[in-house]
Amino acid sequence: MNAALLLALLIALLLGCVPMAGAQLGRPRWMALARPLALALFACVALAFASLAAAFASNDFALRYVAEHSHRALPLVYRLCAVWGGHEGSMLLWTLMLSAWTAAVALGSRALPLPFVARVLAVMGWLAVGFLLFMLLTSDPFERQFPVPAEGLDLNPLLQDPGMVGHPPLLYLGYVGFSVAFAFAVAALIGGRLDAAWARWTRPWTALAWVFLTLGIALGSWWAYAELGWGGWWFWDPVENASFMPWLAGTALIHSLAVTEKRNAFKAWTVLLAILAFALSLMGTFIVRSGVLSSVHAFASDPQRGLFILCFMGLAVGLPLALYAWRAPQLGLGARFALLSRETLLLANNVMLMAATAAVLLGTLYPLVLDALGLGKISVGPPYFETVFVPLMAPLVFLMGVGPLARWKQATLPELAVRLRWAALVAVIAALASRQDLAATLGLLMAAWIVTSMAVDFWHRRGALPRAVAGMMLAHLGVAVFIAGVTLVRSCESEEHLILGTGMGANAAGHRFVFHGVREVDGPNYRAVQAWVEVLRDGRKLADLLPEKRVYTASGATMTEAAIDSHLTGDLYVALGDPLPGNRWLVRAHIKPFVGWIWGGCLLMAAGGLLAASDRRYRVRKPAPSTALADGLPPYSAHEGLK
Amino acid sequence: MKAGMKPRHRRLALAGGAFVALAAMVALVLNAFSSNLVFFYSPSQVLAREAPANRTFRLGGLVQKGSVQRDGITVRFIVTDLAQAVTVSYRGALPDLFREGQGVVAQGRLEGAEFVAREVLAKHDEKYQPPEVAKLLETRR
Repeated sequence: MNAALLLALLIALLLGCVPMAGAQLGRPRWMALARPLALALFACVALAFASLAAAFASNDFALRYVAEHSHRALPLVYRLCAVWGGHEGSMLLWTLMLSAWTAAVALGSRALPLPFVARVLAVMGWLAVGFLLFMLLTSDPFERQFPVPAEGLDLNPLLQDPGMVGHPPLLYLGYVGFSVAFAFAVAALIGGRLDAAWARWTRPWTALAWVFLTLGIALGSWWAYAELGWGGWWFWDPVENASFMPWLAGTALIHSLAVTEKRNAFKAWTVLLAILAFALSLMGTFIVRSGVLSSVHAFASDPQRGLFILCFMGLAVGLPLALYAWRAPQLGLGARFALLSRETLLLANNVMLMAATAAVLLGTLYPLVLDALGLGKISVGPPYFETVFVPLMAPLVFLMGVGPLARWKQATLPELAVRLRWAALVAVIAALASRQDLAATLGLLMAAWIVTSMAVDFWHRRGALPRAVAGMMLAHLGVAVFIAGVTLVRSCESEEHLILGTGMGANAAGHRFVFHGVREVDGPNYRAVQAWVEVLRDGRKLADLLPEKRVYTASGATMTEAAIDSHLTGDLYVALGDPLPGNRWLVRAHIKPFVGWIWGGCLLMAAGGLLAASDRRYRVRKPAPSTALADGLPPYSAHEGLK
Repeated sequence: MKAGMKPRHRRLALAGGAFVALAAMVALVLNAFSSNLVFFYSPSQVLAREAPANRTFRLGGLVQKGSVQRDGITVRFIVTDLAQAVTVSYRGALPDLFREGQGVVAQGRLEGAEFVAREVLAKHDEKYQPPEVAKLLETRR
């Protein structure tokens, strides 16, 4: 039990009650408490987090959690990462992120109406109450044990990787970031005001959360590629799906918010998406943290925890949905639009993204439900997801070329066709020139289509490129780069198993791999056998690769550490397999053309989101009293004079 | 599409288009789903011919001690549920956590009496026992 966490729970309860009551009863002083309480909440959780980190830094094995996830020989940077290397610490990290977003909203919302801010922060306060209670009741990272063990059990060696330093914090920043859009939606439903201004306030927060989620998923994928030693970058593992579903819903939300802001349409849908995106984040937590899965992330298998998260989810999602059912009919339909218009195209975007989300949800939950009901053990593998995803994403990518060029309200087919004729021509030429198999041709066609139609858009907009638009273009360019990377690596990659002894060489996929032998290497907390593999092409040396087989001294776990030589045009990837009789080794050699484009595309998407979020339009200044009146907004104008 | 279209017709067209698209998507998803389900069987079930002959499935159990034999790139081992045993062959390097006497899940097809695995599941926790295997062994004891 930690005093700072208890205090944080108390503050979160106050934050959940007082400002909300103030907003309902029209008490400005109560509402004004929201900001200081939000900052105090962050301070308390940060203090708790810092004290846990300090316990890890000083090897304080009196804390059970530290003893179970650390070791004296573990390098300091991994001791600090071990703070979120297990269940309890992950929950503390989650709560830290939630309180950080709450504090950020408190600081970044000076221009918003006070009752709205009070309601938003109160909703986030209730979420913090849920997670703090969860930690204090079922997963306390500060639980002490006696006698104090002399040594810790060590961090899972798989997590001792640079990718794991950044992956969980970024992913959680993204997950939890959707709580802001969620709180904005719930506050708007309670307050009864949902208009273009609301969408404008919500957009930068949503984009920011989406940026972090994108980076977190990309880093996790890169970690799996480099660390699991199989050369794959996405496995459709339930844990990966758990982060991918909020991403898909968040992507839909970003696009639907654009319609709500620009055209005041899709209001009910946008609010529902904001609730759903966060619900999927919570469900991701449930899937990963309740122990229903058996995978790298499911450290816990405690039914009590699962039950708590389930109840919490029921409340956190059920109440807003009930509120939504009650209030949504009053939101109105918004401005009308023609059958062919940017609104319709964005609607199609949303339908397809949500269909993809539903498909992933089905593939992820169905085996769990079947198992829970005792109806048998099944698994749904990558073939299902791949069969479903390509046909769902291809039309989406086609629309990605059309949408930005279509006019709001009413577009005309001839005009669109004229604007897009060059893009279509270039895309077809690029696809024909690629001389790859059908899947790769289709992928390159899509990538070229996005890039050229964007170039046309850029040309038409000459001179006037606000950051929001430039960010959209950059993110779409990222999608094109991503698609090109995925299709090229899929159709051109090669994998060979080689049996090599010292001084031997073997040819694979146009490259020559020469094995110069193995030697023993000592790491800080492991011993390793390191091989030296020289890679040549046409007699020219490309790289010296040093793959390792490590044995971690604390746990005795064996780990394959692949050696990767990365370039813009592709990776050389070598992993050491099993030792064979006669001093020979099984060596796995991969050639991965353009694999780096996958993560490069994600980086571009994230950069685009960041650029868009920084648009000056979103930095709301205090509205002049006249605009509030002009908008005709009675619920807040009553308090205008009291601020 | 036409500017003169009545709002009611327009809405009808929008709803109809959305319905057709959704129906197509649902059909696509369910079809892909039913043809890609992978079921789990124990060695006893495989020998009782309960496992499908020409479809991918998962085989789980314990790796029999002393049964691992490597023949160049191909490796063979025996998976047992303490009642029956099936020989598994696999091309490539085994995952780091593969051990004789411990739980394993292999995915592949039966070819004759041998199970040809395309994938031997690498689970990433030292304490980890695949839940299918854990349950299987529990019922055996």
